[in-house]
Amino acid sequence: MEKFNTLTSVAAPLPLINVDTDMIIPARFLKTIKRTGLGADLFSTLRFNQDGTEREEFVLNKPAFRNSEILIAGKNFGCGSSREHAPWALLDFGIKCVIAPSFADIFYNNSSKNGILLIKLPQEQIDKLTEDAELGANATMTINLEAQEITGPDGDIIKFEVDSFKKHCLMNGLDDIGLTMAKSDKIAAFEARQNIIVA
Amino acid sequence: MNNATTLYDKLWNSHVVDEQEDGTCLVYIDRHLVHEVTSPQAFDGLRNEGRNVRRPDLTLAVADHNVPTTDRDKQIDDEESRIQIEALERNCTDFGVELYSMKDIRQGICHVVGPEQGFTLPGTTLVCGDSHTATHGAFGSMSFGIGTSEVEHVLATQTLLLTKCRNMRVTVNGTLPNGITAKDLILAIIGKIGTAGGTGAAIEFTGDALKSLTMEGRMTVCNMTIEAGARVGLFAPDEKTFEYLKGRPKSPKGAAWEAAVEYWKTLKTDETAIFDEEIVMDVSEIKPQVTWGTSPEDVVAIDGCVPDPDRETDINRRNKMERSLEYMGLTAGMPMTDIKINTAFIGSCTNSRIEDIRAAASVIEGRKVAHGVQALVVPGSGLVKEIAEQEGLDQIFIEAGFEWREAGCSMCLAMNADKLGPGERAASTSNRNFEGRQGPGGRTHLVSPAMAAAAAVKGHLVDLNDLD
Repeated sequence: MEKFNTLTSVAAPLPLINVDTDMIIPARFLKTIKRTGLGADLFSTLRFNQDGTEREEFVLNKPAFRNSEILIAGKNFGCGSSREHAPWALLDFGIKCVIAPSFADIFYNNSSKNGILLIKLPQEQIDKLTEDAELGANATMTINLEAQEITGPDGDIIKFEVDSFKKHCLMNGLDDIGLTMAKSDKIAAFEARQNIIVA
Repeated sequence: MNNATTLYDKLWNSHVVDEQEDGTCLVYIDRHLVHEVTSPQAFDGLRNEGRNVRRPDLTLAVADHNVPTTDRDKQIDDEESRIQIEALERNCTDFGVELYSMKDIRQGICHVVGPEQGFTLPGTTLVCGDSHTATHGAFGSMSFGIGTSEVEHVLATQTLLLTKCRNMRVTVNGTLPNGITAKDLILAIIGKIGTAGGTGAAIEFTGDALKSLTMEGRMTVCNMTIEAGARVGLFAPDEKTFEYLKGRPKSPKGAAWEAAVEYWKTLKTDETAIFDEEIVMDVSEIKPQVTWGTSPEDVVAIDGCVPDPDRETDINRRNKMERSLEYMGLTAGMPMTDIKINTAFIGSCTNSRIEDIRAAASVIEGRKVAHGVQALVVPGSGLVKEIAEQEGLDQIFIEAGFEWREAGCSMCLAMNADKLGPGERAASTSNRNFEGRQGPGGRTHLVSPAMAAAAAVKGHLVDLNDLD
C-alpha cells in the first residue's frame, strides 16, 4: 500500500447523495481476478452513454477534472455492496481522497485498506468545498494528513478528524495482516481457551 | 453501575482477542464463507506473501454470484465468469478449503447454504466478502460483510481488526396480519430509518411481530439490514432457532448439541441494557411494500402513489428523487398499481428459500403469467430446488409460464446472463433497486415473493387483495 502524506489536486464535485457501489463500479465489471484495470469502468453508467461514448456533462469527463485526485460527494457515499472493486476502481482512476458528509461502513474500511483517505465533514463545509471545486482547473486543494488540514484554493484551512489507527496505517502504508500475524500467539491462546463453538 | 449488556455486546465481548490503546480490537472469526467474486485477489495475496489459510476447517466456499442458472452440463459461455469460477476451484484445492462445486446439490447462494448446512450457528462470528452476510444474524450470530482485504486478513489470521458498532434496537409490536411478510416489514423499517439510518450500528430486531417470524423470515429481515446502513442485524436465538438447526449436517451432535443449546439460551439482551438508539413501530402501520425509486429507502405501500419531489424540502433529497424518477421512467402521483412490468424475478439471498417459493407458488397456482412478461424462479440452493420439486412446485411454476432455474444469485445483480435490458422493468424479490443493478438501464421494484408472483400474473404491480 502506498503511503499517504500530502495531496495537492483539483477536486471534482459530485454533489449526489447515496452514491452506491453499483454506481461506482457495476457488478458486470467484477469478473476480474485482479485488483487493477477497473478505473476504465469507474462510474460507468454516469460517465458513458450506452454506445460507449463519454457523457460530456459528467464531471470526470470535463477537461478541468479529468485528472482529479480528490472527489467531493454527498452523504452516505459508498453505500451498498462490500465489493472492494469500488475503492480499487477509484484508485485505478487516480482518486486518492473522497470528502463527504458521511460514508457507508464497509466502503469506509475497504478504502482505508487501499490507501484512500476518506474525510467526513459537516454539510456546510462540503457545500463550501463543492463551490470551490466548481471553480475548476485553477482551484487546487491541498490535503495534509499529518496536520489533518485541507487548504482550499483561497487559502482557507479546514481541519478534519481521522481515526488515529487508520491515520497511522495510511501514513506508513502498513499492511494489517503483517501487524496481526505478529500477534499469532494471542490468537492461538484465544483458540485454546475458546470452547463455545462445538461443531 | 449498569453492567447490563446487549446481545451484540455479548457476542463482541466473547470474541475479543486483543484490544489496542485506541479501542480497535482484534476479533476472532469463527466462520468464513467464501465465494468467487471477492476472493481471488485475497488468495493471490496469500500466495504472494507465502501465507496459508490459518483455519481451513472454519472456511466454506461456494460459487454463486457468477454461475449460470441454465443447463449446468454445458461449459460456461462467458469466459470471464468461467475463469473466476475456475480460480475459486483452484484456490480451494491449493489451500485446502471445502468447496461446493457447481454440480453439488448443496451449491447455492452462500447466505442460503450457510444456515442450510448448519455452518451458521448462534453465538458465532461469521463473515463473508458480501454485504448481505448480515443474513446469518437471524441465528444470533455476529455476521457481517467484508471487503477483499479483510477476506485475506481472515484467511491468514482468522481474525479482523474492528471497532465496535453502536447498539440500536428496532422493535415492531403487534400481531403480524395475513398478507404482511418479512419483506414488507424490513422494507417498511428501511423506509422509516433511511438507507444510512443504521450506519455504524448493530441492529437487534425484536417485538412480537418480528419474533413471530419463522427462521426464514428472520433471515429476510437481517439480510436487508445493510440496506439500512447497518452491517450487523440480530435476532436472539430461541426454540425456533434450535429446531431449525437440529440435525443439520454441520450442526453439533449429541452431548455437544445439548451443551450448545444451553449456551445459546444465554444469548439475549439483558432487560436493563441500554441501546444507543431505539426505533419502535407497530405492525398495524405496515402495509405491503413496494419501492418506487433507486434506493431501498424509496418505499411506499402498494395502494400508494409515486411521491412528488416538489413536496420534499431537503434539496439534496429532492435532487435525488428527481433523478430517480427520471431513471425509473415514472411520474409523481401515479398509482403504484398502474406500473407495468416486463419481468418478475423470484430469487436472491433475500427471498429464495423454500417458504418464499411456496408463497409465490400459492399465488401462481391455477393462473398464467401475463402476455409479454418474463418470469423466473431461481431457488437459493440445489437443496431448496430439490424440496420444491418434491412438493411439485416446479410444475406449478412451469405450467403458469415461469422459467424454473438452477441455484445462484442470478438477476439480483446481473453478473451472469440473467439481466434486464435498458428500460426494462422488474418486480423483484431481491434487495437492491440501485441504477443498473439488474442490468444497465434496468428498473427494479423490490417486493415480496407473493407480490412478485402476483405482478407476473397481472403484468403490473398489484395489491394481493385485488387479485381475483
